[in-house]
Amino acid sequence: METKLRAILPDHELIRFYEQMVLSREFEESCAEQYTKGHITGFLHLYSGQEAVAVGATAGLHRDDYILSAYREHPQAIIRGADPRRVMAELFGKSTGLCKGKGGSMHLFDPDLNFMGGYAIVGGQFPIACGLAFSAKFRGEDRIAACFFGDGAVNQGTFHESLNWARLWELPVLFICENNFYGIGTEVHRSSALASIHRRTCGYDIPAEKVDGMDVIAVYKAVKYGAEKVRETGMPYFIEATTYRFRGHSMADPAKYRSAAEHEVWKSRDPIPNYAKRLLEEGIATQAQLDAILAKAQETVQEAVRFAEESPWPEDASVYEDIYV
Amino acid sequence: MPEMTYRDALNMALKEEMRRDPSVVTWGEDVALYEGSFKVTRGLLAEFGEERVKDTPISENTIVGVAVGAAMGGLRPIAELMTVNFALLAMDQIVDHMAKIRSMFGGQVNLPMVVRMPGGGGSQLGAQHSQSLETYFMHCPGLYVAYPATPADAKGLLKSAIRDNNPVIFLEHELLYNSKGEVPEDPEFLVPFGQASVMRPGTDATIVAYARMSILAQQAAAELENDGISCEVIDLRTLTPLDTETIMASVQRTGRAVVVEECWRTAGLGGHIAATIGENCFDTLRAPVKRVSGLDVPMPYSRKIERICIPQTETIAAAVRELMAAKY
Repeated sequence: METKLRAILPDHELIRFYEQMVLSREFEESCAEQYTKGHITGFLHLYSGQEAVAVGATAGLHRDDYILSAYREHPQAIIRGADPRRVMAELFGKSTGLCKGKGGSMHLFDPDLNFMGGYAIVGGQFPIACGLAFSAKFRGEDRIAACFFGDGAVNQGTFHESLNWARLWELPVLFICENNFYGIGTEVHRSSALASIHRRTCGYDIPAEKVDGMDVIAVYKAVKYGAEKVRETGMPYFIEATTYRFRGHSMADPAKYRSAAEHEVWKSRDPIPNYAKRLLEEGIATQAQLDAILAKAQETVQEAVRFAEESPWPEDASVYEDIYV
Repeated sequence: MPEMTYRDALNMALKEEMRRDPSVVTWGEDVALYEGSFKVTRGLLAEFGEERVKDTPISENTIVGVAVGAAMGGLRPIAELMTVNFALLAMDQIVDHMAKIRSMFGGQVNLPMVVRMPGGGGSQLGAQHSQSLETYFMHCPGLYVAYPATPADAKGLLKSAIRDNNPVIFLEHELLYNSKGEVPEDPEFLVPFGQASVMRPGTDATIVAYARMSILAQQAAAELENDGISCEVIDLRTLTPLDTETIMASVQRTGRAVVVEECWRTAGLGGHIAATIGENCFDTLRAPVKRVSGLDVPMPYSRKIERICIPQTETIAAAVRELMAAKY
C-alpha cells in the first residue's frame, strides 16, 4: 500500500510539484516548436519524460545548496527559480537571456539561485561540484553541492576521480545520476560493464541507492534523505534515478535505436498523468484545478516566447565582454 | 635587497599571500607533506595547516576542476600540477572550464585561481617530461599566462596572479629554480601583468624572449656586445596579456628582431610574435624577423642530442649575427 501523499507533504507543496512538472513539459515542447521554426538553433536537448527527477530533487534540497547539471537542464534552472522568459531568451540567443546569449541551451547559469551551471562536456561538472562543496565546507557554510549527470557520464575519468576525491576529502556532494538508459544511441549495458550504476560507488565507499525517477514523490524522498545524510555526515551520497526521455537525445536525433514497444512501456509511466491521477484519487486537487494549472503553464511559456522574440540581439561589441574581469 | 633563488622567491610569494588572505588555499600532488616535487611549497603545511595545504590523488583533471569549483565558490585556490606535461591530462578543465566559465555564463562569475606548473626541457627527462607547452595556453582565450625569468619577477608575478580575479596559468622553469637574484622583501611588491621588462637596452637588434630564454638571450647579448653589436633584450613576463607595445617600440628603434621560444617552432608563439611585428613594423624593419625555436621533434633523452633541440646562448647569438650580416 502506497503512503498517502498528504502524509508526506502539505497540499500546496504537492500541487506545486504538479505545476513544476507541467511547466517543464510545456516549456520543453514549446522549445521543440521554436526549434522547428528556426528561432532556437544549435543543439537542443529536451527533458520531456524526466520531469519527476528535477522537480522531486530540487524540492529535496535547500535553497542554499548548489545545483550543477549537464546540458539537458532547462527545467532544472526553471524549477530552481530562473525566469522562464530569460531562459527562453537565452535559447533564442538574445541579450536578455540568462547568460546574455553567450551560453545557449547547454550553459544556463544563475548564481543568485545557486544554479551553478549547465555543462556540455560530459562529466565536466563532477570536479567543479567537488570544488564548490570544498569551498562550502572550508567556510563552514550549511550547504551541499547537488551534481546531476546522465548515465553516459559514468565512464568518464572525472566521474571516478571525483567520487574518489569527494570521499577522500569528505566533501558534501550529492551525486544524482539521471539514468535514462541511453547515451545518445548507446544503451547502458553496451557502455558500462556494470550497468547497475549505483553499485559502482562501492569502489569509493560512497553509500548509494536507486530510485524510480518516474515518481516525483519517490525522488523527493530519496533526495531529501540523501541531502540530509550529506549534511549530517559531511560525506558524499549517491542516487541513481531511473527515467526515460520521451524524445531523442537532441532535436537532431529521431531515436530509431529504441523500439516502439519500449517507448510505449515508458510512456505509460509518464510522471505527469500518473501523478495527476494520484492527486485526483486522494482528493488533493480537482480536474478543474489541474486544467487551470496547465492553462497557466501554457500562458507562462507563451509569454516567455513573446519576450524572447521581442528581445534585442546582443551587440557585436559584446563578443569581447565578460571574458576577463 | 636580499639575494635568493627563483624557488625561494616563489615560496615567499605563496607564504605572503596565504598570510595576507585566508581564502588562499593550495593543493596538488605531493605539495603538503612532501613539500612539493621541486620544493616550492616548502614549509606551507607547517605554517598553514592541512585545511589550506592539501595533497591530492594523481588526478590532474580533477586537481584543476576542484580549483575551478572552489574559485566559483569564492576561494582563491592555487593548484599545482607536478609538471606542465601532466597539464595535458587536465586540458578539459583548463580549456573547456577554467577558460570559458566566465564568458559562457555571461560574466556572472569570476574565477580567481592559479594553476602553477614547472615546465621546460634540458634535464634529460625524455620525451614525456621535457615539453614546453606555453603556446597551448597562450592560444586559448580566457586564460592569463605568466612565465617569469628572474627571482624578482617570480615573486611579483605570482603574487599578482594570486590577487587577480582571472584564471592564471603560472609556468615556472625547472632549470631556473636554483637561479639567484635580488628579490624585494616588500610584501606589497607586485609585478603587473602585460608589462614586458627591458632587461637590457640596445640599439642594433631586439631580442624578444621569455623565462629561461630571456636569461640565455641576456648572455648572448653580453657576448655580442664584445663584437660591437648592441642588443635590446625584452623579457615578456606574461605571454597573455602580451605586451606588444613594448615589443613594437623597441623594434621601431632597432629595425631588427629575433624572437626566441623554447617551444616547438611550428605554429608556435614565436610565429605569432614575428607576424605581429611584421604587421606593425614593416616600414622600419631592416631585415625579416628571425625565430630561434625548439626543434620540431619529440625531445630525445641523450644530453648530447637534447641540447641541440633547445635554443642555446650560441644559437641566439648566431641568429643575431646572421641578421646583422644580411643585406636587403
